[in-house]
Amino acid sequence: MTAKRFACVLALGALGALAAGGAWAQGTMLINGAGATFPYPIYSKWFDEYHKKFPNVQINYQSIGSGGGIKQVTEGTVDFGASDGPMNAEQIKAYEDKHGFGVQHFPTVLGAAVPTYNIPGVSATLNFTPEALAGIYLGRITKWNDPAIASVNKGVNLPGNEIIVVHRADGSGTTYIWTDYLCKVNEDWKNKVGRGTSVNWPPPTALGGKGNEGVMGIVKETPNSIGYVELIYAIQNNTPYGTVRNSAGVFVKAGLASVSAAAAGAAKNMPDDFRVSITDAPGKTAYPISSFTWLLIPKKIPDAGKRDALKGFLKWMATDGQNFAEPLAYAKLPKEVVDKELKAINTIE
Amino acid sequence: MATSSATIPSAGPSAGARSFLSRLKSGDEIARLITLVFAASVVLITVALVYQLWKDSPLPRHAFGWRFFVTDVWDPVFDQFGALPFIYGTVVTSSVGLLIAVPLGLGAAIFLAELAPQKISDTLTFFIDLLAAVPSVIYGLLGIFILVPLLREYVQPALGKTLGFLPLFSGPPFGVGFLAAGIVLAIMVIPFIISVSREVLLSVPREQREAALSLGATRWESTWKVVVPFARTGIFGSIFLALARALGETMAVTMVIGNAPKISASLFSPGYSIAAVIANEFTEATGDLYLQALIELGLVLFLLTFILNGLARLLILVTQRRGAGVHA
Repeated sequence: MTAKRFACVLALGALGALAAGGAWAQGTMLINGAGATFPYPIYSKWFDEYHKKFPNVQINYQSIGSGGGIKQVTEGTVDFGASDGPMNAEQIKAYEDKHGFGVQHFPTVLGAAVPTYNIPGVSATLNFTPEALAGIYLGRITKWNDPAIASVNKGVNLPGNEIIVVHRADGSGTTYIWTDYLCKVNEDWKNKVGRGTSVNWPPPTALGGKGNEGVMGIVKETPNSIGYVELIYAIQNNTPYGTVRNSAGVFVKAGLASVSAAAAGAAKNMPDDFRVSITDAPGKTAYPISSFTWLLIPKKIPDAGKRDALKGFLKWMATDGQNFAEPLAYAKLPKEVVDKELKAINTIE
Repeated sequence: MATSSATIPSAGPSAGARSFLSRLKSGDEIARLITLVFAASVVLITVALVYQLWKDSPLPRHAFGWRFFVTDVWDPVFDQFGALPFIYGTVVTSSVGLLIAVPLGLGAAIFLAELAPQKISDTLTFFIDLLAAVPSVIYGLLGIFILVPLLREYVQPALGKTLGFLPLFSGPPFGVGFLAAGIVLAIMVIPFIISVSREVLLSVPREQREAALSLGATRWESTWKVVVPFARTGIFGSIFLALARALGETMAVTMVIGNAPKISASLFSPGYSIAAVIANEFTEATGDLYLQALIELGLVLFLLTFILNGLARLLILVTQRRGAGVHA
């Protein structure tokens, strides 16, 4: 008896689950994405808010890293990808060869990398010139009282200690922004080290930390050290960080406004595919080590339902969605970029 | 011995019935087959793993060949990859870890099994088993915030002053580096050595000790000359387990090793390990060659574990043979 009843309950349960599953499959558009970890907090917020607004659209996002995002969107295992660095020409060609059409980059929010340091006895905000940052990371400026640093930090008593240089050990968009900037301001860096999510750090750049917290941990624990972390991380953890001289010759402290300003400076020359680096951007108020982060959307989506849902989300993201950015410490897209993006969304077919 | 010899005759009467025996026999057969499948699955998984790693890393094998093992440049931007600094870092940190952990762990196990009162032994063992369950990221955090400053401020300057003439202890004290990683690994593997070795020592028959004592050996002599050699194979087993854990440890190592692909004789120098570089760079590795180089590193780690385990086993064989010679 009990066994029979148990079987009945099981069967009923299975029927119920089937019915629910059917309703789920019919009413809900499931969209899968994967990629960058840096914008994950705002992406998950966006997908959640958008689902609340449109319960029939459910977007899942796996923050597996930019490289994984590019790879999976190319393989076609996800509906969209996400990356902190734009796809290079080779990757775009691989995508086109496989699919017969292209992939469109859509900037979503902005991030920045900031220099942070630990010098015993120095509590002032230090100013860094591009030459000083490149010199330190190339191992040519080895002491804190080097004229390249001291001359723009008058009144700060810099010690003659060896600088201990710290970098991100894990592949990251932050490293990409940092090295992209150094490539633009220093010819030697460009030729010898280059830009990438991981690079072959020249000696004596000695120490690598895992993640922002790893870099910060080493910098905090190591006297006379310098490292770089994501702006968001620095803001959320009240980490002191230095200013950087921009291309207009002004020392700018990174912040949501100065990062947006860098994007606005670049917006005038924004290419149609949005693949643009905004490090060393023009503009007096622009912070020079800033970058977009992108969603990678196929230019053709055969499934009409999916296409409309994605386009709807993109439009919302570029407009109303931007209001969620600043509370999470991401810099908003400037208006010029949003306008251009709204036009581009319509070209997806 | 007395109890086991008593159970055999008790099974005797039923053995007279043939059908029962054959059923028993077929049951044995079933058990044998099932356990054989389980044992074979381990081999199968290992082979499948190696095959997959091999299959997914053709580009760097063709591009670098054997040079992959001997070059020390790791440059994802210009697509130059060599595994040597990572192999070196893995071997050095594991060696330092075991050099610290084996004497400590073995000593503790001997105390717990042979010398400590039962109550103390049980309490301590409980805490040791707890230690084995602590996630490695916790060890890493303790390493970076407690061990590393201690090393940089006190231990390394002191070592540098006294033993600085040795290349092993030269160079500036960063705190993070081979030494820090080795010490963290030692702390992580000690519970394995203690826990397994203690069990093995406890399972040495009482008669062995009694015989030694009756021949006039002191307690320590009976422990060191009779009990420990008797349990040797099991103790080596615990060390293998510790070695495997040390070779593959990722999180705790990457947090304290400094993550610089460098080869330096100094233990103070920052370095890098295979497991750490894979974990760090895999997610953001975009180029095919880059990604496959990381996969090949996985293959190298597998090979390294294989070789080191083989060497360790060879060592046992040699010592056992020598031990047997002495006894004869």
